[in-house]
Amino acid sequence: METMIFNLFIFTLACFVGFEVISKVPPTLHTPLMSGANAISGITLIGALIVVGHAGDVMSTWFGFVAIVFATINVVGGFMVTDRMLNMFKKKEDNQ
Amino acid sequence: MNNPLVPAGFEELAVILIQLVYLLAVGMFILGLKRLSSPATAVSGNRMASLAMFVAVIVTLFDREILSFEYIIAGVIVGSLIGAVLAKKVEMTSMPELVAVFNGFGGGASALVATAEYIRVPQTGMDFAGIPVNVLITMSISVFIGSITFTGSLIAFGKLKGILSGNPFVFPGQKILNALLVVLVVVATVMLILDPSNWIIYASIGGISLLIGILIVLPIGGADMPVVIALLNSMSGVAASAAGFVIDNNILIVAGALVGASGLILTMIMCKAMNRTLTHVIFGAFGSEAVGLLGPETAGGKSIREVSPDDLAMMTAYAKRVIIVPGYGLAVAQAQHVVREVADQLEKRNVDVKYGIHPVAGRMPGHMNVLLAEANVPYPQLADMDEINPDFPKTDVVLVIGANDVVNPDARTNPASPIYGMPILNADEARAVVVFKRSLNPGFAGIDNQLFYNENSYMFFGDAKKSLSSLLEALKEID
Repeated sequence: METMIFNLFIFTLACFVGFEVISKVPPTLHTPLMSGANAISGITLIGALIVVGHAGDVMSTWFGFVAIVFATINVVGGFMVTDRMLNMFKKKEDNQ
Repeated sequence: MNNPLVPAGFEELAVILIQLVYLLAVGMFILGLKRLSSPATAVSGNRMASLAMFVAVIVTLFDREILSFEYIIAGVIVGSLIGAVLAKKVEMTSMPELVAVFNGFGGGASALVATAEYIRVPQTGMDFAGIPVNVLITMSISVFIGSITFTGSLIAFGKLKGILSGNPFVFPGQKILNALLVVLVVVATVMLILDPSNWIIYASIGGISLLIGILIVLPIGGADMPVVIALLNSMSGVAASAAGFVIDNNILIVAGALVGASGLILTMIMCKAMNRTLTHVIFGAFGSEAVGLLGPETAGGKSIREVSPDDLAMMTAYAKRVIIVPGYGLAVAQAQHVVREVADQLEKRNVDVKYGIHPVAGRMPGHMNVLLAEANVPYPQLADMDEINPDFPKTDVVLVIGANDVVNPDARTNPASPIYGMPILNADEARAVVVFKRSLNPGFAGIDNQLFYNENSYMFFGDAKKSLSSLLEALKEID
């Protein structure tokens, strides 16, 4: 129970950090910010790695395996597509 | 057994090292997000966040709980390939669908992590009776949020893609059913605490949550999709955080919370732009009432005026200032490039051209800016709603292309309108307004638009791309 309280502290503080850090975003960046943040939510990949790496029973391994695939799609696809979008903005600024 | 990557005697050191690297990665995530929210630093911000993810993944491989790597390697390779292909191939018009799918995968993965953790309890040598209550609660929450995010995102994807109807899907007792299902999840969680080894209870929490995800997004109309995607984005973060509680992992908790917060901010921005509260979006079934309310009354009595490409070419070529108001219809018609060519022609004639972009012009936050950027529209020409609104009275011609509700003056003047109070682009204040539209059908939200019948308004019917091409030809012929 103590670790849970401790984790709740961390969670709450992280929420406030998130609000402060991203409070003002120009509309131009809404889509890239969302897809970038989306990629970060793929952090659950780390949980999936730990669950799968610990050779448990077959069921657990398969659930974890699917979790790894899902999360990796989220991470790799999310960061790549964000980069692609942001480069379109950049290319245009260079043209100026 | 030990992690084969960690030499004997270094286990303790590995634990400390992993935590320190996680701390570093968390710092990089925060800085990365901060940089993502400013145009000048966004590219580096995204790269910083992806580097943080890479470092965190690599260092996790040294976790003492990891004993074998076959499934890890296979899963990462499969996921990377699919992710990379999706990211490279996606059309910018389909960004909302892609983000919806990614949200769903993130949420689904978090629910699966909690589930795999539940299943492997007997393997850890721990008895089910030995699982603390708080862990069972966090497992339930994690599966609940993750599953809703998963199916909710798939439904959102189906609606955006057109596989499912964009119309709100409503049936009597819907809200009561949803509330009942949530109560059922709570009851099942209590039962799980009383009988932790009963996997049927666990599975039913997952099953009901999957159903809730479907039922919550199904009634939401197409016009509210920007809000829904932002909300699902936030939820995918919260789901990751919840999974972090389950496996007691700080980097999941923090990174998930950051995403949860950023998604919530975007959700609130979108709600404000549509003058709707979050509860309205989720429980209101926007659009369904609107059609019946205003539909019949508008059909007769009012007249519209059409304009020919040649006349419009003269109007715009000799204008001082032209504002283009793009909507999603522009993107559907793939007319971004033609509109930029029209703008180029006008600029050659020293016409001041700007784009006025409503926050919900696309189907996800900021979507229109991305689409125009892809068509090489210069950044300084893009103007936000607040920035451009004072310019409309000084503007000669406004070209409204594939947009409807975001220029509907009813939002300012008609308290009976469902969109009353929504901030709009005041296109009607310009000297002339030309509306590019397929037909007189109401827009995405199903609401008629008073703007079309104004004295200074002209209609240009047809496919946006063809209409703009004919305008472009006509402009080139003027000398």
